[in-house]
Amino acid sequence: MAKQLVQGNEACVEAAIAAGVSFFAGYPITPSTEIAEKMAEKLPAKGKVFIQMEDEIASMAAIIGASLTGAKSMTATSGPGFSLMQENIGYAAMTEVPVVVVNVQRGGPSTGTPTLPSQGDMMQARWGTHGDHPVIALAPSSVQETYDLTFEAFNLSEKYMVPVVLLMDEIVGHMREGIELYKPEKIIDRRKPVQSPEEYLPYQTDDSLIPALAPFGQGYRYHVTGLIHDETGFPSNSPKVIEGLVERINKKIDKHADEIITYNSFDVDDADVVLLAYGSPVRSARQVQQAARQEGLKVGLVQMITVWPFPHKVLSQLYRQTEATFIVPELSLGQLADELSKSVPREKILRVNRNDGSLITPAQLDAVVREAVR
Amino acid sequence: MNYKNYLRWNKLPHIWCPGCGHGIVLGAFLRAVAQRELNKDDVAVVSGIGCSSRAAGYVDFNTLHTAHGRAIPFATGIKLSRPDMKVIVLTGDGDATAIGGNHFIHAARRNLDLTVIVFNNNIYGMTSGQFSPMTPHINFATTAPHGNFDYPFDLVELAKGAGATYVARGAAAYPRQLEKAIGQGLDHEGFSVIEAMSQCPTYYGRKNKMGTAEQMLKWQKENATVSSNPGEKIPLGVFVQVERPEYTKLTGQFIDSVSGGK
Repeated sequence: MAKQLVQGNEACVEAAIAAGVSFFAGYPITPSTEIAEKMAEKLPAKGKVFIQMEDEIASMAAIIGASLTGAKSMTATSGPGFSLMQENIGYAAMTEVPVVVVNVQRGGPSTGTPTLPSQGDMMQARWGTHGDHPVIALAPSSVQETYDLTFEAFNLSEKYMVPVVLLMDEIVGHMREGIELYKPEKIIDRRKPVQSPEEYLPYQTDDSLIPALAPFGQGYRYHVTGLIHDETGFPSNSPKVIEGLVERINKKIDKHADEIITYNSFDVDDADVVLLAYGSPVRSARQVQQAARQEGLKVGLVQMITVWPFPHKVLSQLYRQTEATFIVPELSLGQLADELSKSVPREKILRVNRNDGSLITPAQLDAVVREAVR
Repeated sequence: MNYKNYLRWNKLPHIWCPGCGHGIVLGAFLRAVAQRELNKDDVAVVSGIGCSSRAAGYVDFNTLHTAHGRAIPFATGIKLSRPDMKVIVLTGDGDATAIGGNHFIHAARRNLDLTVIVFNNNIYGMTSGQFSPMTPHINFATTAPHGNFDYPFDLVELAKGAGATYVARGAAAYPRQLEKAIGQGLDHEGFSVIEAMSQCPTYYGRKNKMGTAEQMLKWQKENATVSSNPGEKIPLGVFVQVERPEYTKLTGQFIDSVSGGK
C-alpha cells in the first residue's frame, strides 16, 4: 500500500472514520484542534454528526449520550480540556458507556505551554476523576501508531464497555510522517443483549464481567445513573451492591489485563540496562538503544503501548529476569518512573526528566545510558 | 392512554418529602404525555442532579440520570444521534441555571428540539436548603442565614434572550394550566422551556416562614396569575412560541447537502 504524508492529528481522524465513528463532539484547544477541524470537514460528508459544544464538559456529556444510542463516539482535547472532562469520564466509567477520548498532551499545570509537548497527564488519565474506577489508556509514538491505536481505542472501548483515552502528545499530534491508511482488519462492536426486553437487566454480566447495554430507543427501556446501581440499573445503598459494583467495574479490566496490555520490547533478554518509554520519547530511546547495541553494550528498550492498565507484571518479571537498571525518559517530573517503582526497586531506576517544553534528545539520553552501563 | 401507565410503579414511593410540589409537576407532565399517547420506547428522559432529577427514575421510558447540570448536553448527544426520538429534560432551578446555565443557553441558541421542564422550588432541596440562582432577593436559605443578597434569574427572560422558541411558565397551584403548557412544549419543534413553580415546604418554605404545603400553594394562587395583565404578580402562560429552523433538521439538511444524500 502506498504511503501518504499525514499529520498525527489527521491520522487519528482517518482511523476514527475507518473504525466507524459516527458522532464527534468537541471544543477547540491547542494542540488537538486539527482533530475537531478535520472531523467537522469529513463527518458530514459521511452522513455522520459533528458538533462543536460550548465547552469540554458538554463535549464529554454529548458523546456519552450519543454512545447510549449505539453510536461510536469520540472527543479530542488537551490538558485543560481533559481536566474539564474528568467529571463525565467518571460517569462513563461508572455507567459503562464506551467512548474514546483523545488527549494531545501539552505542558501544564493550568494553561501551561499550549504549543509544546508534555507527558504530564499520565496520572490524570488514570486518576483524574474521583473514586475507584477503570480506564484504558494507549500512547502512540508515531503517526502510524496513532492510526493503529485509534482503531484499537474504539475496539477496546466497545469490547470492555469503558472509556478509552488515547494519550498522544504535541509532537505526535503535529508531526507529519508517511503512513499506510489501511482498512482495519478487525472492528469490534459492543455486545447486544441476548434477553428479551422483558427479561433484560442492563448491568447483569456473565463471567466476562462486561454488561451488554442495549442502545436507547430499541425497545429496551432501562435506567442509567451515575449513582451506585444494581443489575437493574436503579440506585442502591446496599453495602453488598456498592461493593459488588465497584469491584466488578474495576475487575472487568484487571481480569482481562493480559489481553489488553500491549508493548514492544527490543533486545531486553540479556540487557544490563532497559530503557522504558511511551509516546514521543520512544523515538530518542530507540535510536540510543540501537546505537548502544551496535557498540556491543547490553541495552534494551520496552515501549509501552498500553499505559493503563500499567504493565506491572511484564516489567517486574523483566526485572527479576535481568536485574537490569531501568532508565525512564519522560516529559514530566517522574509520573512514569514513580509508577514503575511499584515493580522495580527505586534504586534501580534512573530518571531522565524534561519539563522545559523540549524533547528528550538522543544525546541527553545517551549520556545517561553510558553512565549506567559503565 | 392513562398517565399511570407511564409510571414505574415498582420504583414508588418516591423520595420527595411530604408536601413537595414535584409530584404535581410530574403528574402534569405525564398527563400531557398520555394525551399525546407517546410511545415509551421512542422517548428518552434525561435529568441532572437534585430532587427534580430523581423523577427520571420513576417514569417508564429510556431514562438517563446524569451529572449535576449536565442533562442538556447528554440529551444533545441522544437527540443528534436519534433525531426521531422525543428527548425530554427534567431539571431543577439550581441544576438548570447555576451549574448547568451554560449548557441551557447554548441549547436554546441552537434551537435543538428538547423539551426542558425546570422544576423551580427556589432552593437546593437535595442538599437541604441552600439558595439557588432562582431564590428571590433577600429570601433565606441555609447558606443565606442573613438573607440572600444575590439577585435571581427570571428563567422566562433568560430562555427568551438565549433564543428558546417556546417558553412558558406554570405552577403546581394551577396543575391544568401547567399540563397544557408542558403539552404545548412537547408539541413544539425546537427548544422548549417550561418553568414549573413547585413548593418546597421542607426547606424553602420553612426558612422563609411560608407555612405548610397548602399555605404555599395558596401563596402561589394569590401571587401568580394566568391573567394577561399580571400587574405585580408572577405571570403564568406561554410567552414565546415562534418558528425557527430546528437544529437536528438543520444538521440533517447540512449532512444531505455535503454528502449528496449518501
